[in-house]
Amino acid sequence: MKKYFPLFVLALLSVIPLLGLSTYMMHILILVIMWTVIGMAWNLLGGYCGQVSFGHAAFYGTGAYTAGILYYKLGLSAWWGIPASIAVVAILSLVVGFVCLRLRGPYFALGTLAIGVIMRVTAENLVDLTQGDLGILIQERTWVEKIWYYYIILLIAAVTFLVIKLVVESKLGYYFVAIREDQDAAESLGINTTLYKIVALCLSGVLTGVAGGFYTNYMGYIDPGVVFALHDISIVTIMVVMVGGVATYWGPAIGALIMVFLAEIIRSIPGLGAAHHTLFGILLIVIIIFLPNGIVGDIPKLKKIFRLGGVSP
Amino acid sequence: MNAVQVEVLLQTLISGILLGGLYALIGIGMTLIMGVMKIINLAHGELMMVGMYVAYVLFTFFHIDPYLAVFFAAPFLFFLGVLIQKFLITPVLKVDSILPENQVILTVGIGMVLANVVTMIFKSDYLSTPVDYATKAWYLTDYWRDAPIELSLSFAWSVSFLFAIFITIALWFFLSRTDMGKSIRATAQDNDAALLMGVNVGRMRMITFGLGSALVGAAGCLFIPMYYLYPSLGGQFTLIAFVITILGGLGSTVGAIIGGLILGVFESLTATYIGMGWAPVGRFAIFVAALVFLPGGVASLLRRQRLGK
Repeated sequence: MKKYFPLFVLALLSVIPLLGLSTYMMHILILVIMWTVIGMAWNLLGGYCGQVSFGHAAFYGTGAYTAGILYYKLGLSAWWGIPASIAVVAILSLVVGFVCLRLRGPYFALGTLAIGVIMRVTAENLVDLTQGDLGILIQERTWVEKIWYYYIILLIAAVTFLVIKLVVESKLGYYFVAIREDQDAAESLGINTTLYKIVALCLSGVLTGVAGGFYTNYMGYIDPGVVFALHDISIVTIMVVMVGGVATYWGPAIGALIMVFLAEIIRSIPGLGAAHHTLFGILLIVIIIFLPNGIVGDIPKLKKIFRLGGVSP
Repeated sequence: MNAVQVEVLLQTLISGILLGGLYALIGIGMTLIMGVMKIINLAHGELMMVGMYVAYVLFTFFHIDPYLAVFFAAPFLFFLGVLIQKFLITPVLKVDSILPENQVILTVGIGMVLANVVTMIFKSDYLSTPVDYATKAWYLTDYWRDAPIELSLSFAWSVSFLFAIFITIALWFFLSRTDMGKSIRATAQDNDAALLMGVNVGRMRMITFGLGSALVGAAGCLFIPMYYLYPSLGGQFTLIAFVITILGGLGSTVGAIIGGLILGVFESLTATYIGMGWAPVGRFAIFVAALVFLPGGVASLLRRQRLGK
């Protein structure tokens, strides 16, 4: 039963559009699945390999801009951006890895944070290539209905899930966990830690970049402030995983569901919209203090709390 | 090089050093926290932003000069820092989790809350404290009539710079001459050994976090006569503080001072010769260069020299 659970979820998700949901609901669902992809990608690097990245916006934005520039400069369909972003982001990941993976733990986190900012400033200043702050507008949209976008992102999510499951359950996954638990011990056991950290970073970066390429096609407009955003991309990525569950298969999906709906609900309540970073921040603090491994990761703890609550009057 | 080019270069260097002095103050706060608690405070820039708003409120409603506001903002941030350490960071240090970087992510959350709360109170408008000495400057030709080149020294920048030097000396005195300062340094060197020697490590951590916050709050007050103020300005200063600590060597106070000066001069040069918009890229170029060529920072060079003797 457990073995077929992912297939069951996939089947369930692929019939959802047939229910005839409103365009708005479809939009939300597409965002949830897109954030699930980004969260799963981050989880591979952060959760399994233990390298917390604060700069996933760099990969996301580069993927998005690869699609945008292909359309705007070369006149190709922006959909070519998704395969192209795999190559571009892989190269970027290698460069980032060369620089940042010399750092450990929190210093790696800050190194990637800096890379994210460098990418944003570069995109803002290379006006000839990226249009700077004007952004890139995809003039002709492929489809009007959301349903096709839904199936494409669902396909991307399914492939991402499969890739991560295969990686984590292979030898590679055990290397990653060994590096997370104790890098020096892993090194002394003969694991080439630098190599495997770069592999994790490349995989994670490429998957995030693909999500970015999809975003360009879906939204039809990108600018540096949106796709390279520190808080709204890099930090939200971390929150998706932290809230859902670090180093779990389903954590990012739960986290994405909660975060996207929470953001929408906060936005729809008048007077509260301006405070959404405060609420996100408080949620983050509460989760870290009380459920440090996320909702899925701390299920035993949650069960215990509720059982205790049930027993004591 | 003709006279004009020399003039531009010297002027750039002067403003770079003045900027670097203030950067050093920000960097010292971060490096202190990093040295004692072994965590990175990603809310550092936001704390500075809070300090700047304290100075702004004092100036606008009570007409207190930003330089005097240092004496109000620093204690205020000290207490804010102590509260953050006591009620948020200490509990997280005790919690067991898969990712050891939880504390870093926690400080990000604190920073987000601070920035957003300030946005809600003051709106995200650009604010400033219009002090009457903001445009005052000393000119070289006023003192030396036949000077071949013209250099100027901004009044506000120079006073801020002197304040920064004064605070740094006071801090050095505190850390090296007082018992509490020695206890803080002992905690930074070896947590367990300090505990065995009877140092109240928990209290030292609280004081260090407060001290780091107070330093960066003071730096905020010194910046405000020259800078615009807006709630999201914290993020860029967190990054600056981090670049300085990497450049200077993690946990090294002298390194942070040198790193701050290097960064200030380098940024100033980028802004003059490449373009204003590229200054942040220059900042990170030097950061990447430091990581690749000098991973231990300036502190490792200092240490090497001392060992050589």
